[in-house]
Amino acid sequence: MCQDCGCGDPNLVPVELQTRILARNDDAAAHNRAHFAERGVLAINLMGSPGSGKTAVLEATARGVADKSRLAALAGDLATDNDAARLERAGIRARAITTGQACHLDAEMVHHELHHLDLGGVEYLFIENVGNLVCPAVYDLGQHANVVVLSVTEGEDKPLKYPTMFARADLVLLTKVDLLPYLSIDMRAIYRSLSLVMPNPTLIPMSSPSGGGLETWIDWLAGRRAAVGAEMVFA
Amino acid sequence: MHEYSIVQSLVDSVAAAVRGRQNATVHRVHVAIGELAGVDCTLLATAYEVFRAGTLCERSTLTIDRVPARWECPRCGAPIERGAFLRCPLCDEPARLGGGDEIVLERIELEVA
Repeated sequence: MCQDCGCGDPNLVPVELQTRILARNDDAAAHNRAHFAERGVLAINLMGSPGSGKTAVLEATARGVADKSRLAALAGDLATDNDAARLERAGIRARAITTGQACHLDAEMVHHELHHLDLGGVEYLFIENVGNLVCPAVYDLGQHANVVVLSVTEGEDKPLKYPTMFARADLVLLTKVDLLPYLSIDMRAIYRSLSLVMPNPTLIPMSSPSGGGLETWIDWLAGRRAAVGAEMVFA
Repeated sequence: MHEYSIVQSLVDSVAAAVRGRQNATVHRVHVAIGELAGVDCTLLATAYEVFRAGTLCERSTLTIDRVPARWECPRCGAPIERGAFLRCPLCDEPARLGGGDEIVLERIELEVA
């Protein structure tokens, strides 16, 4: 008997569930996280618009790290393995995840590819998500931190237009700052936009070709790994 | 456009919930979608209309409860006003999301013969 909505239909039975619709993804993400903990790997979900400079950030990161065997990456795109090839050339152990039509990576895609990636000696795994400021924010991949790559050419109000993505970001890498002299972009306006959607706005200005901001970014990564490592020990 | 993949997971969740119930037809599906869940409710509704065909949800309607984002201070619990900086004006703590990121199957209504 339906007692909920008052429709009085004697044949309607309400069943209370309160289940997370993406529970299967979340379980796979937890499984990935366990893999990372076992290996002592810090996993970063690197997100951002197409062309924001995600791959360039990783190439620069490789230039800033003496022992590149500590780095690995999974590069998601709808088609081609171009990014994975670029990362390999930069010295980062990398695998491509081609999603076909899917606009985001999910935890099962990552899990599947992890079995083809040798994580021996790896301390940092970058999961370069499909270029998109909407869908990738929805799926937990098992990462320890969300890093959003935002280029200065995208405009000051980008965070306000895509609040979900920035609300979940632990760090924003503001790329292409070497172009600032040619643009009428107010850095304070970017910070202000971020402060309205990101609880603890943390931003590192970067210029991947010149290596500007690279040291701060690498320090941030090391700090994160140390913090997560401590959690792993006590887990 | 990840709403189709969410509907696929939703239909799987409904199937799991009705498994073992004989002679039951899914009449209505209630979901709660947070403002900051990253899911567009209109697209979700459209995706449901398309995807339910040929599934056990074929004869059901989808009801979406939109949950507004609720930011609050993690220390004093004070709510942060909409449109304000996401930091407690009293404690200077970064705000915490108290609700509004859920993607939840709340309940289903079954027609039983």
